[in-house]
Amino acid sequence: MRYATLMWRRSGLPELFFAQQRALHSSRILSSEEGLKCDGAKIEKNQEECDVAIVGGGMVGLALASSLSSMPLTKHLRVAVIDDSPFLASKGYLKRDQMPDSRVSTVTPATINLFKEIGAWEHVLHQRHAFFDQMQVWDYTGLGYTRYNARDVGREYLGCVVENKVLCNSLLLSLQKKEGFENKICPTRLASMTLPSEVNHSKFAKLNLTDGGTLHAKLVVGADGSKSRVREAAGIKTTGWNYPQSAIICTVEHSSQNHCAWQRFLPAGPIALLPIGDNYSNIVWTMSPDQATQHKSMDKDKFVNSVNHALNNGYGPHPESSSLSNLLDSITGTAMSTKEKFEVPPRVLGVVSNIMAFPLGLKHANNYAVKNIVLVGDAAHTVHPLAGQGVNLGFGDVSDLARVLAEGVSVGADISQLTLLKKYERQRKTANIPMMAVLDGFQRVYSVDFWPLNILRATGFHAAQYIPPLKKNIISYAMGDQKFPLFS
Amino acid sequence: MAMRSFLRSRRSLSRSLLQPDLLRNPNPNPNYVSRSLIPALLPLRSYSPASDPTTKNPIRDAATDEINGFKSSLNPIEVAKFAAIAETWWDPEGPFKPLHLMNPTRVSFIRSTLCRHFRRDPYSPRPFEGLKILDVGCGGGILSEPLARLGAVVTGIDAVEKNINIARIHAASDPSTSSIDYTCMTAEDLVRENQKFDAVISLEVIEHVAEPLDFCKSLGALAVPGGAVVISTINRTMRAYATTIVAAEYILNWLPKGTHEWSKFVTPEELTLILQRASVSVQEMAGFVYNPLTGNWSLSDDISVNYIAFGIKESSSDSEKTRTVAEQKTDFVS
Ligand SMILES: Cc1cc2nc3c(=O)[nH]c(=O)nc-3n(C[C@H](O)[C@H](O)[C@H](O)COP(=O)(O)OP(=O)(O)OC[C@H]3O[C@@H](n4cnc5c(N)ncnc54)[C@H](O)[C@@H]3O)c2cc1C
Ligand SMILES: C[S@@+](CC[C@H](N)C(=O)[O-])C[C@H]1O[C@@H](n2cnc3c(N)ncnc32)[C@H](O)[C@@H]1O
Repeated sequence: MRYATLMWRRSGLPELFFAQQRALHSSRILSSEEGLKCDGAKIEKNQEECDVAIVGGGMVGLALASSLSSMPLTKHLRVAVIDDSPFLASKGYLKRDQMPDSRVSTVTPATINLFKEIGAWEHVLHQRHAFFDQMQVWDYTGLGYTRYNARDVGREYLGCVVENKVLCNSLLLSLQKKEGFENKICPTRLASMTLPSEVNHSKFAKLNLTDGGTLHAKLVVGADGSKSRVREAAGIKTTGWNYPQSAIICTVEHSSQNHCAWQRFLPAGPIALLPIGDNYSNIVWTMSPDQATQHKSMDKDKFVNSVNHALNNGYGPHPESSSLSNLLDSITGTAMSTKEKFEVPPRVLGVVSNIMAFPLGLKHANNYAVKNIVLVGDAAHTVHPLAGQGVNLGFGDVSDLARVLAEGVSVGADISQLTLLKKYERQRKTANIPMMAVLDGFQRVYSVDFWPLNILRATGFHAAQYIPPLKKNIISYAMGDQKFPLFS
Repeated sequence: MAMRSFLRSRRSLSRSLLQPDLLRNPNPNPNYVSRSLIPALLPLRSYSPASDPTTKNPIRDAATDEINGFKSSLNPIEVAKFAAIAETWWDPEGPFKPLHLMNPTRVSFIRSTLCRHFRRDPYSPRPFEGLKILDVGCGGGILSEPLARLGAVVTGIDAVEKNINIARIHAASDPSTSSIDYTCMTAEDLVRENQKFDAVISLEVIEHVAEPLDFCKSLGALAVPGGAVVISTINRTMRAYATTIVAAEYILNWLPKGTHEWSKFVTPEELTLILQRASVSVQEMAGFVYNPLTGNWSLSDDISVNYIAFGIKESSSDSEKTRTVAEQKTDFVS
C-alpha cells in the first residue's frame, strides 16, 4: 500500500531518460537489417561502438557470443564477433553426406551443459556426433591397461566426440536464433589495437580492422586462437615450450560402429582412436616430427597397416593379468571381479580424409586479463591434444567469463574494469593450470621409452583400474566436472 | 572506563609519532593499502576540544550554523582529509581500495532491497530504470556510477569540490554514466531546495559528519514518503575498535595527523533509533565481512564491524505517530 504512491513514477519517467534511450538507439551498430555487414549505422563521431568485441569466431568465441546473448543480465550487451572465416556466413545444418572432418573434439558433460544452456546442443544432436560409454587405455609393453565404463561413475556416457565444424555450426545457429540480440558478425580481421588511456579519458579500446574500418569496444575478448593477435597487442607474455613431437590426425573407417574411446601408449607417444559416428573413427597419433612427415606422405594402404600395427598387433603383447596385478590386488585388497576385460580395438579398413600433421606444444598466457582485455580459449592456453581437453578448457573459460560479466552487470560494474576481469582470471587459472600441469606430466611420463618408467606407468594404470574411488575421480576429472583428481 | 583512557593514551601516542612531512607525502609506502584493512573508511579527527582547548572547535562552529532547522553536517577537518586525497578516488590500489573492493557487495544489498521495495525485476540489467536516487557524500562516484548503470537517474552530492570534479570527469568518459548530475553541496542545501528522491543513499559518510541525528533528518527529508533510505557505516564495538587500531598502525605511515574517534561511531541500534526520529523505519540490515585471504567482502548477518541498513521513509501520518513514540523513549544519544 505504501508503494502505491510510487508506482506512477514508472510511467512518468523523466524526459532525460528517454533522451538517453534515443541516444542509445542511434549509437547502436548492430541492427538486424544490416545482417552480416559491418558498415551499418554510424554514430556522430562516425565511429562504430560496441560493449564487447570478440576477436575470433572459432568455437570458443562463438560460444561466448551465444552465452552472453542467452543470459538475462547480459543479453542487452552490444556484442560484435570479428572473424573473416567464410564459415561464419553459413546458415542451416551441414550436409551429412560429407566424410567426417579430421578435426574433432571430445566434449565433456560440462561442455554439453554449456551447449544446452545456450541452445546449441539440439543442433549438435541434429548433426553427426558420437557418444561413447567406454574408454580403454593401455600400454604397448603389455604390462598394464585400464578400462573405464560410464557405469563406474553412474552415467550413461563418458563423453561425446563431435567434429569441430559441427560444434561451430551449432553455436552459430544458436547465435542466429537469439532474439533482440544486437549481434553482428564482422567479416574482417583485427589488424591492430589502441587501448584507452588516462589521457584521452575514454573507456573504449579502438580496433583497427583489416578492411580499413574501426570499431570501438569497452571490452575486447581475445578468442583468436593460439597465435592470438589480441594477446600480442595487449603485450601479454606467454610461458610454454614445444615438445619434440607432432600429432597426425585423420578420419578412418571400420566395418561397424565404434562406441569406445581407445588410447594406446607407444614408444614415441600415444595413439587415440575416437568414435565419430556411423562407421568412422578419428585418429590422433603422437610421434616424432620425422615419423609424422613420413606418415603424412605414405600411401594409404601402408598407412592403414601402420595404424593397425600401432593399435593392435605391433610393438608388444596385449596386457593381461600378471604378477603386477596380483601384487596390486594384495596391496589394495580389491578383487579381480571389479576388473573389466581387456578388449582388442576394431580394425581400421581405410583412411577417408587427408592426413594432417601438427607440431605439439604447451603455451600459457601469463595474464588472462588486463584492463579492457580478456583472453579465452587457445589464446589463453594451448595444450596438446592428448587428453582431448583443449577446447573443453576454452568452454570452461566461456562459462566463467559470462558468469563474471553477468555478476558485474548485476552490481552496475563497468564490464571492462580490471577488478572484474581479474576475478575471471583467478577462477580460470585455478582450473586451467592444474589441468595443464597434469597434461604436461602425462606428456613427460608417456613420451619416454624407458623400462622403469614403463613399469611405473603400468602400475599407474593398474592402480587406476583397481582402486575404484581413484578411478572414479580420474574419470570425473577427464569429464570436466571435478576440480582436481586426486584429493577429494 | 579503562578502555577510554587506553583510547586517549593511544591517541596522544599516535600524534607524537606523526611527522610533519607526512603531510606532504601522505603515501610513502606504496604497499600500505594491501596491509591496512579499511583506512579510507575511518573518520579521523585531529583535535578534540577537551584535549586541546586552545584550538577553536570547527565541528561545533559548523554544527551551530543552522539553516531552516537543518543544521550543517560539515566537519571541516574531515572534509579537508578527503580533499587531500581526491586525486586517488579511481585508483583501484589507492587509499580508496577498500571502497572499491566493498562496492559489489554493497550494491548487491541495495539492488536486492530496492528491487523488492520498488517491485523491480531482479533479473533486469537495469532494474532501477527511472528511479530518482540521491547519493550523499558521493566522493569520486564509486557508488553513483553503478547506480546509473542500473538505470537510476542519479544525483551525487559531496562537500568537497575536488571530489565532484573528479567524479564528473570520470563519469563523462562512459556513456552509461555521463548523465549523473554531480553538485558540490551538502544534504541540508538540498533540503532547502525542497528536493525529493525515490531513494536517498549515503555510504560511509555518517561517521564523518558533525551530528548524525541532524544528518539523518536531512536524509529523511530528502526522501519521498514511501521512499528508501540506505546508510552504511562502521559499528562501535570492540571488534571494530580492534580493526581501527590495526588499521591505525598502518595509517600512521601515511595519514597527516589525528586518530580514530571510535566513540563517534554509530551502533546499529543507535542508527535505527536516529532514523526513527527522522521518520525512517529500518527494515533490513546486513553486515559486511572481509576475508583478508581472498580480499573479498561479503554480506553476512555479522554487523559487528561494517554494516548497511535499509529503511523506508514513512508517509506523513505514520511519521507523526512514530516521532512522538520515539521522542518518549530515553535519550540515547549522549
Ligand atoms: C591436432 C589437434 C587435435 C586436437 N584435438 C582436440 C580434442 O580432441 N579435444 C579438444 O577439446 N581439443 C582438441 N584440440 C584443441 C582445440 O582444437 C582447440 O582448443 C580449439 O580449437 C580452440 O578454440 P578457439 O576458439 O580458442 O581457437 P581457434 O579454434 O583457433 O579459433 C580462432 C579463430 O580466430 C580467428 N582469428 C585468428 N586471428 C584473428 C584476427 N587477427 N582477427 C580476427 N579473427 C582471427 C580464426 O579465424 C579462428 O576462427 C586439438 C588441437 C589440435 C591442434
Ligand atoms: C568515506 S567517503 C565515502 C564516499 C562514497 N559515499 C562511497 O562510499 O564510495 C566519505 C565522503 O563523504 C564526504 N563528506 C564528508 N562529510 C560530508 C558532509 N557533511 N556532507 C556531504 N559529504 C560529506 C567526503 O567528502 C567523502 O567524499
